Amino acid sequence: MGELKLMKGNEAIAEAAIHCGCDGYFGYPITPQSEIMETLMVEKPWETTGMVVLQAESEVASINMLYGGAACGKKVMTSSSSPGISLMLEGISYLAGAELPCLLVNVVRGGPGLGTIQPSQADYYQTTKGGGHGDYQLIALAPASVQEMYDFVDLGFELAFKYRNPAIILSDGVIGQMMEKVIVSDVKPRWTDAEIQKISGSWATTGKTKDRARHIATSLDLEAEKQEIHNHKLQAKYREIENKEVRFEEFQTKDAEYLLVAYGSSARICQKAVEICRSKGIKAGLLRPITVWPYPTKRVAELAHQVKGMLSVEMSAGQMVTDVRLAVSGKVPVSHFGRYGGVIPSPGEVVVALEKFINGGN
Amino acid sequence: MTEEIIIAGFGGQGVLSMGKILAYSGVMQNQEVSWMPSYGPEMRGGTANVTVIVSDERISSPIIHEFDTAIILNQQSLDKFEKTVKPGGLLLFDPNGITHPPKRNDIKVYVIEGAEEAARMGNPKTFNMIIMGAFLKLKPVIKTENVEKGLKKSLPERHHKLIPMNLDAVRVGMEKVKEFQV
Amino acid sequence: MSEIQIQDIIKKENFVYGKTKILTDNVMHYCPGCSHGVTHKLVAEVIEELDIQEKTIGVSPVGCSVLAYNYIDIDWQQAAHGRAPALATATKRLMPDHYVFTYQGDGDLASIGAAEILHACNRGENITVIFVNNAIYGMTGGQMAPTTLIGMPTATSPYGRQAALHGYPLKITELIAQLPGVAYVTRQSVHTPAAVRKAKKAIKKGFENQARKIGTSFIEIVSTCSSGWKISPVESNRWMEEHMFKFYPLGDLKDAEKDNEEDYRKFIE
Repeated sequence: MGELKLMKGNEAIAEAAIHCGCDGYFGYPITPQSEIMETLMVEKPWETTGMVVLQAESEVASINMLYGGAACGKKVMTSSSSPGISLMLEGISYLAGAELPCLLVNVVRGGPGLGTIQPSQADYYQTTKGGGHGDYQLIALAPASVQEMYDFVDLGFELAFKYRNPAIILSDGVIGQMMEKVIVSDVKPRWTDAEIQKISGSWATTGKTKDRARHIATSLDLEAEKQEIHNHKLQAKYREIENKEVRFEEFQTKDAEYLLVAYGSSARICQKAVEICRSKGIKAGLLRPITVWPYPTKRVAELAHQVKGMLSVEMSAGQMVTDVRLAVSGKVPVSHFGRYGGVIPSPGEVVVALEKFINGGN
Repeated sequence: MTEEIIIAGFGGQGVLSMGKILAYSGVMQNQEVSWMPSYGPEMRGGTANVTVIVSDERISSPIIHEFDTAIILNQQSLDKFEKTVKPGGLLLFDPNGITHPPKRNDIKVYVIEGAEEAARMGNPKTFNMIIMGAFLKLKPVIKTENVEKGLKKSLPERHHKLIPMNLDAVRVGMEKVKEFQV
Repeated sequence: MSEIQIQDIIKKENFVYGKTKILTDNVMHYCPGCSHGVTHKLVAEVIEELDIQEKTIGVSPVGCSVLAYNYIDIDWQQAAHGRAPALATATKRLMPDHYVFTYQGDGDLASIGAAEILHACNRGENITVIFVNNAIYGMTGGQMAPTTLIGMPTATSPYGRQAALHGYPLKITELIAQLPGVAYVTRQSVHTPAAVRKAKKAIKKGFENQARKIGTSFIEIVSTCSSGWKISPVESNRWMEEHMFKFYPLGDLKDAEKDNEEDYRKFIE
């Protein structure tokens, strides 16, 4: 077992990057996630593991540095917060189109526009429904604790290389700024070119040797028919991910009559709300999607046969609730409760909202 | 045991670091902890607050709006957080700069003259440890030896020579805290 | 006397010129008279002469040369519009013993990618930049570029570029030359055999500089675009000499070796 440390979610991301053998971090400062790059710059991993850390001139440059690094088959990552991720979307679409593995971290803050620096979950659509142009998907992990911030860096890279697809950690200002206990893993050595080839095949632009054709990292095919074939391949990959990589956690669902559905920091608030409900005799339970894409659609659909209603709790005006509704397909009433623009709901507010929902309000 | 605490005051009073030392001390005695700061514009010169939860069990929500204890270090924070103390809970405050003292009589109210004691100790930086000592006297959720361990963990090594002085401050806080008559 | 047979002429001892094997056999999509073909060839020849095919990564832009990877037989990355220097930055930093170059047009480098090129050069990334400046957007059909000359008609400046309406042509190469991170800045062309030889020397030096780790090498190739300019290839060369060279004069703008750049850099450090 590794060392036990108390750290912020943002610090956990940085420590995990170094420990899991990340090759490069490229980023641009933005609140509430600047501690990620600050921690890396203090730790100076280029002197220990050889990891490259660079402050880019913009988020646009960061994401395109990721494209270059990922094309070399390296484990590269960036982090930002909502407005910065908006700037990166073009590059994210290119990365997905060119099937380049990499890790993104979004410590979400309130929007739209410059919005606020306080926590929010209003980037759910941006993360799971595209955001950038074209038909693509990101593998999206939603941590609900500082330990998960740490663990999902390694997991994100693992999934990204397994499927040659960008993965994203969808966090928020609560998880980024709070401190909790973290069990820190031992340092894994960075992958060699040969190991990368063994894990995900021979495709990286590491220099054309005599024994192979040149490797080209590109999302371009001007011929529509060929581009359609490429899209078929992408879609087949996305279906495979949907079949194999759904992750979720349940809390008190066994006998639940009403289900809260929440991810990330909202799930923590909802867990407390469930405790309060149970003490009041309300049989509430919680389903926490860990992957918000692929979404635990099947499990939500199953629970629709058991419960009398579902309340999606998000720090947004109601985005994930659309996925709950799709899964439930009208079997039971589904509603949404949220505070947004940077406001965090209290567990008590969630209980009141659920009671109102049970009593036939919305 | 679960203790849910809000510490609130001015930026620069050591609110966040006191919370961090408390949390680290909790870790040292194998408890679950969470430390959730208010962050953002209020950090720059205005008010600062941090929610610390220390518990024997897994902590569900790090965000709470009602507290077992409120540690209050300025008037704005008193105005904001007096009403968030659970009935029967504890409010501990430093009277320095307080013009409208606490009024609730369904909670326990204690006072510690932290700023004054710190000045007497000749080091204003001991202020937050005096406050912490006062809190630990009233709610001994952390053992003193674990506070020392927590200080060691949360302070960079070059500051370890300051630990004895900080522990003295904790003791001063424990001695000087007294009940406040609402 | 027997007639001379073709086999008698094609002999090793008579060999004076051949296509480098670093160029593929794909037929280039460039228009007749375009400078890209020659510039591609020069890059390929330099890669062959330096024997660095296995260690070279090219970054292609968005623009006419987006498909450069079809013609030069090395590993390539195809970048989003303007972002090639960001890709090259990461590639070079992650694989510092490789040779990394971007190949960019004027719209890509000097307009949408102005921030990326300035900052990559300012950081002194050990990369080579090949900047093909034909003062127009070729691929999208002849729109005004940041380098379009005053008075020059394009699809989006149909009455000629006017400073009041469109702003001034941007001498990005002169800007780049001001940056301490940059080791070598030169402006060349490929419109005559002599110019081709000089341009090749410059490109070679740009690649060699990477091994010496002295900062960015930036090579502008002032180019023609007969399709975009809507004149014949021959007229294009003439027009380039008369107008382009006047505003974008050929020659070295900076050479750290010669200009004691090291002293300057030490000074600012």
